[in-house]
Amino acid sequence: MTSESSRPGDSPPATDGPAALEVSEIVAGYGEVEILHGVSLRLGEGEIVAIIGPNGAGKSTLMKAVFGLLKVKSGSVRLVDENVTGLSPERVVRLGMCYVPQSENVFPSLSIQENLEMGAFTRQDGHGRRIDEVFALFPDLAERPQLRAGKLSGGQRQMLALARALMLDPKVLLLDEPTASLAPKMVEDIIAKIRTVNQTGVAILIVEQNAKEALSICHRAYVLAMGHNRLEGTGPELLASEEVGKLYLGA
Amino acid sequence: MAAVEAAPGRLPDQLREYQRRAGQILTGPGLPLVFLGLGLWALIARTDAFVIGIVTGSVLALGAIGLTLIYGILKFAHFAHGDSMMLAAYLAFFALTGTIVGTRTDTQALPWTLSDLPGATTPILDFSFGYGLLIAMAIAAVAMGAVFVLLDRLIYRPLRRRGSGIVIFAIASLGVAIAMRSLILIFWASFSRFYVPGIRPTTDLPFDIRIVTDQIFIFCAAIVLSALVYLLLFRTKLGKAMRATADNPELALVSGINTDRVIVWTWVIGGLLAGVAGVMLALQAQLKPELGFILLLPLFASTILGGIGSPQGAFAGGMIVGITEEVAVTLGFLSPGYKFSVAFVILIVILLMRPQGLFGAKT
Repeated sequence: MTSESSRPGDSPPATDGPAALEVSEIVAGYGEVEILHGVSLRLGEGEIVAIIGPNGAGKSTLMKAVFGLLKVKSGSVRLVDENVTGLSPERVVRLGMCYVPQSENVFPSLSIQENLEMGAFTRQDGHGRRIDEVFALFPDLAERPQLRAGKLSGGQRQMLALARALMLDPKVLLLDEPTASLAPKMVEDIIAKIRTVNQTGVAILIVEQNAKEALSICHRAYVLAMGHNRLEGTGPELLASEEVGKLYLGA
Repeated sequence: MAAVEAAPGRLPDQLREYQRRAGQILTGPGLPLVFLGLGLWALIARTDAFVIGIVTGSVLALGAIGLTLIYGILKFAHFAHGDSMMLAAYLAFFALTGTIVGTRTDTQALPWTLSDLPGATTPILDFSFGYGLLIAMAIAAVAMGAVFVLLDRLIYRPLRRRGSGIVIFAIASLGVAIAMRSLILIFWASFSRFYVPGIRPTTDLPFDIRIVTDQIFIFCAAIVLSALVYLLLFRTKLGKAMRATADNPELALVSGINTDRVIVWTWVIGGLLAGVAGVMLALQAQLKPELGFILLLPLFASTILGGIGSPQGAFAGGMIVGITEEVAVTLGFLSPGYKFSVAFVILIVILLMRPQGLFGAKT
């Protein structure tokens, strides 16, 4: 880990620059149950933005709605300069946004290599070069490309899931609790990897339950509660905020 | 029972320990070894039944591979698979002979059929059939693929979109099975038919084994098609996407895989295999409307034996069930009429002892 990457808050990309992802006032939920009651957020190019909030705040729901896995009842999602609201995941992926679900995010009976190939499924031009680039970024995975993903440890799976999502060279990456239920050492490795990926120019939207972890790596963060935006600010600002503390204590 | 458990001392504990270990061996590597041992014995002591079993197993394997693919990707037990095979067999029969039965069981025939092609019924090599049957088989297989895709559009896809449970799917496919059998009865009546009437040529193999020459064709077709399915699944983009979808449909979707298209292809491949398997079944046995439904149990036994969702397992499972069925009736105490009950016994033993299948990993 370089000293530069350990303090990303020092030099945040300009927040008024062009947006990689712009979510405005989206309302979504499961069937009749509405979970998000008008949530907005903005992810600048090259930024890491975290969404934090207590259990049941709608963080994962927000991810799914942004990615098109849930029907958005109103509001809009814009990816760079395209309106992607209500598009199928397949179309969204083609337009340059990839998603890493929280759990079950690899294909266990497929090999590491095949998992990566599936990540590049929509590529028509083959994946030979990109797979080498991704392997260079994840040397651990390159060691045994024929190993079945089901045999990997939790941390390695998370790495593979991240690698799979990078196969399309996306502009925007959505990560749903990438460090949940991992050993502390693994959490560090994953976070370092997320920073590295970010430095290659990928804008990252990350959902975290663990506020401290998320606020330490992001440029900015949104606090979500009860399906509404509650707070917005840079990592250090929110870490110091009393209200964040209160939210997590359930007050 | 209660007295034994209440009694202090080492013996009952030790017994229970032995019991536990014996159970572990059987549910672990023991059961595959038992099958391997019985297989070796049968190969030596009942060679002729073993060879016939491989032929029976070839038909089962072709059906079971389709069944296991459909289960793996759509997660439902396709109860119409056996009847689909029989329907395909009759479609091939129709393409070949043009024969259907009217309402008063008077036989109607089309003015022109595949049999009218020059030399179409002249036997190839030492087989009983000519190239007409091969064309008829191809037509039936393609037709079955189309029927499966159509049924998915009309019945299964609406159920999927509604989020129906597995029981609904199972019952719906059972309904399809009954409908298919009824169609066969309407068009071709209930009596047995054959593609080629008369005595079929035989071939002598080493070790004094004589088999019907057509059976060699059945075995070869099963090997070639199984190998093609294997290559498809492990070497092509579509096949890998099918395996990915079977593993985790939601992740497949977010990876950008068009899972709807994967499902269509699964039905096409399942239908092609069921089509060929049906023609093989009719070639091996006969054309009889209820044969498909009877075959359903051995098909499921094969699928589960090999580990449901695994095509290689389904191939091996089909062979094991086929060989066991044929060998069991040579033991003397079982009348050949009870052949299919052997599959039932295998099914129960597997479900009790090793529900993940012989080759499946323990989860």
